[in-house]
Amino acid sequence: MESFQPVIVAFCCHYCAYTAADMAGSKRLHYPANVKIIRVPCTGKVSALHIMEALRKGADGVYVAGCLDGDCHFRSGNTCATKRVAYVKKLLDEIGIGGERVEMFAMSAGMGEVFARTATDFTEKIRDLGPNPARVGLDKLGCVGAGA
Amino acid sequence: MKTESILEKILTSGQLAVTSECGPPRGALPDKVKEKAEFLRGCVDAVNVTDNQTAMVRMSSLAACIIIKQMGLNPLLQMVTRDRNRLAMQSEVIGAYAHGIDTMLCLSGDHPRFGDHPMAASVHDIDSVQAVTMVTKMRDDGLFQGGQKIDGPPKMFVGAAANPFADPFELRVARLAKKVKAGVDFIQTQCIYNVDKFEKWMEGVRDRGLDEKVYILAGITPMKSVGMAKYMKNKVPGMDVPDDLIKRMAGVPKENQAEEGIKVCLETIERLRNVKGVAGFHLMAIEWEHRVAEIVERAGLLPRPSF
Amino acid sequence: MITAERKPIEDLIQSVSPYRRILLVGCNECVTVCSAGGRKEVALLSSALQMHFMKEAKPFEIKEITLERQCDPEYIEELVPIIDQADAVLSMACGCGVQEIARRFKEKPVLPAVNTTFMGASERQGVWAERCAGCGDCVLGVTGGVCPIARCSKQLLNGPCGGSTRGKCEVDPDIDCAWQLIWDRLKALGMTERYEENIPAKDWRTGRGGGPRKIVREDLA
Repeated sequence: MESFQPVIVAFCCHYCAYTAADMAGSKRLHYPANVKIIRVPCTGKVSALHIMEALRKGADGVYVAGCLDGDCHFRSGNTCATKRVAYVKKLLDEIGIGGERVEMFAMSAGMGEVFARTATDFTEKIRDLGPNPARVGLDKLGCVGAGA
Repeated sequence: MKTESILEKILTSGQLAVTSECGPPRGALPDKVKEKAEFLRGCVDAVNVTDNQTAMVRMSSLAACIIIKQMGLNPLLQMVTRDRNRLAMQSEVIGAYAHGIDTMLCLSGDHPRFGDHPMAASVHDIDSVQAVTMVTKMRDDGLFQGGQKIDGPPKMFVGAAANPFADPFELRVARLAKKVKAGVDFIQTQCIYNVDKFEKWMEGVRDRGLDEKVYILAGITPMKSVGMAKYMKNKVPGMDVPDDLIKRMAGVPKENQAEEGIKVCLETIERLRNVKGVAGFHLMAIEWEHRVAEIVERAGLLPRPSF
Repeated sequence: MITAERKPIEDLIQSVSPYRRILLVGCNECVTVCSAGGRKEVALLSSALQMHFMKEAKPFEIKEITLERQCDPEYIEELVPIIDQADAVLSMACGCGVQEIARRFKEKPVLPAVNTTFMGASERQGVWAERCAGCGDCVLGVTGGVCPIARCSKQLLNGPCGGSTRGKCEVDPDIDCAWQLIWDRLKALGMTERYEENIPAKDWRTGRGGGPRKIVREDLA
């Protein structure tokens, strides 16, 4: 288990979290390379299916990082995203994958430190949870790309 | 006279009528029916027998009515539209009349949501206004609801309920007018605690001359305790319990609250007996049947007229 | 529209468990509008089921398709080329669609993925409410455009009952009292006198009381 390197997908809003990631970079703040950032125009664009498919295709954890409450560039995209993440968490609990593999975070463009800490903490949390059970099951089956 | 109903005779004679109720037991316990009904002997003109009240399964109203009839008392068959379609209701009416039960009350019934079978389908083939139309047509025209002739029509004295306290208030007289139009003979109202509001409703009833067309029995339920008063206020839909009344009940020691509740109900009766259009009282002493005789006596409503 | 809700995942997992290859069929009509069984929900359910069986290390294949309508036989024909690739069909359409697939493919198990609930309208984003009971003899013309059969908990044709409180139904404070709505409308229309016309007992033959119903348009049939 010690060699387990989780794959984390982070859907980051262009107006806040993505810029915060930039800020973290320019400040030379360290955060794990496990986190694969996908820039989105607004977290409201992230659908339940995006999150689910990220997990099905091998991610061990997914998070959505949007603007602070009330600060969405498109007024309410972040609240939509929060509701969708809650929905996906429930769905993941129901199928036995576990809702704790998905999270919603809020930060502003200037919060480089928050971005780095969030990425680090979430990666550690998923490392503790272990690999995505769907991927483990698939490896057991020994068949590649089933169903895709 | 439309029927042989004693209640009709008393109401027609212009004397104040007194009815009370008996909730059948939740089991095959005929003695329980007798025990409750016995308390009412000689002090009321008719005993309402509830029909799966609060949507809980109980001995059928008809069966309990028959037991009460056999005791020499005068039962009043309650019938809700929730549990039966029009076929079942009409056969029940005929059956009741065949057993000498000649007075009934048409209700829509509490929703199953409130009872012990919330998963049951509600029937509501017809509503209470339509039930009144159906039963009076059976009596007056000798016809079933479907139009066929009845061989030996049941001559029922037909009642319905009215709740002056539900919303919208402006419809409460109008809805009574619909029941009058349907041919209802008498009305038993929801428990009256807000006497001012009831009097306001009666004013509307008189303005439209409805008091000349239907006998209105004012519904009275004695409070046993402040707890019951609060429960009625907060938990029973369509019930109007003024805060002053709760304060009054709370103001006396627990052991005296029952007596206070009876005093309140006697004061209400005293005030309402002088209201034009009030033709009598319906005492719903819930699980308190043994106090009815005392209330009726202290209200000066004894002896009951005999025919 | 006809509204529906996806069945609990647990139930769906159980119902597809005996099969290895599933054809998941959505419908582009009502269930798409009420977010129960359109293309998006098909994709999401497919993803969820696949992940579940991956975790269980159980071989499981799912093919997705969303038809224009599952209640019309011509669209069902689109399944002909692929139906043999599946051991069972999981339909996300309303009960009508499920039955049309079952009727067309007599030897193929067809499982419902949604619970068909009611005929309703969208109150706001994500909220649908019952509006019509399909009684076959519309009374909306005399009830101010509010249906007492679908919207009164006791389907009273001469309401309101004694449980109407501040415009809400005694059954649930989230339910509007249909008769309060009817009364408000009659007032707005200046038709309050209509309230006191007693509505007679309904003839339920036009509804479910007459057995399964059929509409035949001679000029089209």
